[in-house]
Amino acid sequence: MNTGENPPTQFVDNDLKPVGHGRMLRKEDARFIRGKGRFIDDIQLPGMLHLAILRAPIAHGRIVSVDVTLAEAHPKVKLVGTGAMLAEHGLAWMPTLANDVQPVLATDKIHFQWQEVAFVVADDRYAAQDALELIDVEYEQLPVVVNARTALEASAPVIRDDLAGKTDNRCFDWETGDKQATDAVFARAEVVVGQEMVYPRVHPAPLETCGAVANYDPIDGDLTLWSTTQAPHAHRTLYSMVAGLPEHKIRVISPDIGGGFGNKVPIYPGYLCTIVASMLTGAPVKWTEDRFENLTSTAFARDYVMHGEIAATKAGRILAIRTNVLADHGAFNGVAAPTKYPAGFFGVFTGSYDIQAAHCAMTAVYTNKAPGGVAYSCSFRVAEAVYLIERLVDCLADQLGMDPVELRLLNLLKPDQFPYTSMTGWIYDSGDYESTLREALKIADYAGLRREQAEKRASGELMGIGVSVFTEAVGAGPRKDMDILGLGMADGAQLCLYPTGTAVLRVSCQSQGQGHETTFAQIVAEEIGIPPADIKVVHGDTDLSPFGMGTYGSRSTPVSGAAAVLVARKVRDKAHLFAATMLEVTVADLEWRKGSFHVIGDPAKSLTIQQIAKWAYGTGQLPDGVEGGLEAHIHYHPENLTYPNGAYICVVDVDPGTAVVTVRRFIAVDDCGTRINPMIIEGQVHRGLTDGVGMALMEMITFDEDGNCLAASLMDYLLPTALEVPDWETGFTVTPSPHHPIGAKGIGECATVGSPPAIVNAVVDALKPYGLRHADMPLTPSRLWEAMNGNAQPPM
Amino acid sequence: MSGLFEEIHEQPAADVPTRRVSITVNGDKRVAQVEPRLLLAHLLRQGLKLTGTHTGCDTTNCGACTVLFDGKPIKSCTMLAVQADGHEVTTVEGLAGASELHPIQEGFKDEHGLQCGFCTPGMMLAAKALLEENPDPTEDEVRWALSGNLCRCTGYQNIVKSVMWAAKKMQAQSAS
Repeated sequence: MNTGENPPTQFVDNDLKPVGHGRMLRKEDARFIRGKGRFIDDIQLPGMLHLAILRAPIAHGRIVSVDVTLAEAHPKVKLVGTGAMLAEHGLAWMPTLANDVQPVLATDKIHFQWQEVAFVVADDRYAAQDALELIDVEYEQLPVVVNARTALEASAPVIRDDLAGKTDNRCFDWETGDKQATDAVFARAEVVVGQEMVYPRVHPAPLETCGAVANYDPIDGDLTLWSTTQAPHAHRTLYSMVAGLPEHKIRVISPDIGGGFGNKVPIYPGYLCTIVASMLTGAPVKWTEDRFENLTSTAFARDYVMHGEIAATKAGRILAIRTNVLADHGAFNGVAAPTKYPAGFFGVFTGSYDIQAAHCAMTAVYTNKAPGGVAYSCSFRVAEAVYLIERLVDCLADQLGMDPVELRLLNLLKPDQFPYTSMTGWIYDSGDYESTLREALKIADYAGLRREQAEKRASGELMGIGVSVFTEAVGAGPRKDMDILGLGMADGAQLCLYPTGTAVLRVSCQSQGQGHETTFAQIVAEEIGIPPADIKVVHGDTDLSPFGMGTYGSRSTPVSGAAAVLVARKVRDKAHLFAATMLEVTVADLEWRKGSFHVIGDPAKSLTIQQIAKWAYGTGQLPDGVEGGLEAHIHYHPENLTYPNGAYICVVDVDPGTAVVTVRRFIAVDDCGTRINPMIIEGQVHRGLTDGVGMALMEMITFDEDGNCLAASLMDYLLPTALEVPDWETGFTVTPSPHHPIGAKGIGECATVGSPPAIVNAVVDALKPYGLRHADMPLTPSRLWEAMNGNAQPPM
Repeated sequence: MSGLFEEIHEQPAADVPTRRVSITVNGDKRVAQVEPRLLLAHLLRQGLKLTGTHTGCDTTNCGACTVLFDGKPIKSCTMLAVQADGHEVTTVEGLAGASELHPIQEGFKDEHGLQCGFCTPGMMLAAKALLEENPDPTEDEVRWALSGNLCRCTGYQNIVKSVMWAAKKMQAQSAS
């Protein structure tokens, strides 16, 4: 027991036993390696019922009739819900995060295949599935729009006839940059290269699907909802807005989440069905979707058709970027992006380069597909932006006959240009891109790789080297600019030191595997000098943690992390006042050494933070105007995003006989500023690089002309196994963010964003002997074989 | 519990055909009355409350439900509970000893072989089967042995290191 006289834990400030930043094994692992995690489907409550959803087999059509008689007669069925029933409660439609609307259950029309039509609540999940088959729905099919390129044709059927006055499938138009200035630069440029490229529709496919358990207490009117949400507080507010329940009577609990990757940001119809079902049955109700439902109806990612142009001098000076984008948003605009950013942060498409002008014009369209767009570690469309610029730079290098690394070195922003305001108005905080790239070149032995490639080419082997030097934009966001449905993108933090000198930190971010329970303890440990083991991190329960916007867009470290630092400093400042009182000196007489205050010039007189914590709750005379106890709360708005960067080099071999691509080496050098836990950063990078291999080579959600989803299971939606990925080679540089309290930038999505262009650049490089300039992802053997034979096709 | 799995002392619903199964799970004999269509994964999770076994897909691809069946790794979402009658099943909950972790569990923690933790139980059991068959595998052999187990978080590299770590520790233990 800690008496306050002897601190309970001795700690050493080194890598093996860090008191703050540094490699530290994870607290979370203890339960996960024993099978004692608490995931949504592990929850079993007394009397709990099971909900299953009936989905439409067609992509576009009218509902003629829904007959639930047989399902209701099933002996284990307690409730059958239909769109008509929800409409009676005013709950048939719900708002999306993009201020559009989406049906909870279809009332009169189907907008995409496997859309929600009805639900069944039964004693167990097998019976619920049985009863789904007893529901008889008659549909009248309508013509289908699956290809965004045809969505605006006059003959295209209007998908969203629910929207007043809607006569076409235009979702929105958006533009950024200076069109006139950009066109002027292009008109006089010596070299202009254009390339159309598709970032195909993919899916984040977290290994745990989405689900919820709703428990409505009809006596108190309290709703408890356990759900797979990355943003529990924002969800609570939205449920209040949608369902009309008072917000203080809604408790959203996000338990352990088996991966999110952006898939678990939106509110899905299944969550609301579960709530309604619990309110109507008076029992707890569980819904767990299966993989097929997850892939076909929850947030997809990407689906941008991009036409990019790059203007340059003959010597390789990049002058301007011009781009047109056709964005496929599916049947409802469900993008999870800040309100004023319908295209997310796509505006950062000017990348890591010092250019004179840029412009983007975008049109988003509705199609008969599931909603989504922003997911899968995209940092709000930065994935698409980075892919565009990094492919375009390679196209330019090819045109000029320059080495892609040399071309980049010639154009990278220089350290003294930061903070740098891009031609589309983004203020990059810091960067030393050349150092990051040179570190990658060193690890890769780039010159050696090019020599090896020349030898292999001479003997007919196909080896390619691809480079990507990217700038990310993470940490949404500043209050004046960024909100989701009117809620500013801030995060809260509360820190309480208990009388015995241990602490609880409550935060609004929500880990889905990123290690927050460990790293947030490290952040606080570094600031107040108590060991991470003595700090519990509480998150994911809206009754227990402060309001904030959750975890996505790599925003936890930039926003919640900053909040944790600042709340710890607030507590330390109060401890400073107490220490001065306790030692009968002035505040100025004390200096802080991690974990204790010392009287300057009198090393014998000092107090540990644990001693001060005990005194804070004790009987001593408090300083004037200061309350007892040792805790603080803040609500933090970042002043800017953080802009981590990276330099990636990919080495591939392509089998000329089968077009099978092997990623032989991948070198990833990341710079996310101050590194809180290098072990965890490395794991995050490995994850994102694997995403990159998946997207570049294997993954695609595709549809046939009738709107049937052709990648509705893991039989067809291919994810990398241990066999498809190499041993990753990682490195780092450290360029702190000047506006973040510890200089830390986000990192989680960097590798997902930065790796696909490196892989595609490598494959295209390998196929130089075939005269190939571009091929669209995924570079599956069949698609690449066609490209090698001059028949490259855009993905559909 | 209703319908699908009744403790043997409870009376199953009269209209549901059920069968009695006796399965040794983590060394304990468990008896249950189950519908023939009940998947082993669901018996373990809901019936026996061993929720460390997860389900990540419905096409037998992901391996999150991997358990050991008479010592061999199987995907418990693709076996009926009645097929396990009379057999031995080991789940993640049976991996640790009374007081200490299995070396594979230690390896995953030490080498940061997990993040969200959802694939981890199945991954560790697949690794256990490998190391019992091949105590000194190469990294390529580890990757091959785990290729029926998908992970979305780690990019596999630290999982491979975790298994190599465990192999080394288990060899040292059996040598001493």
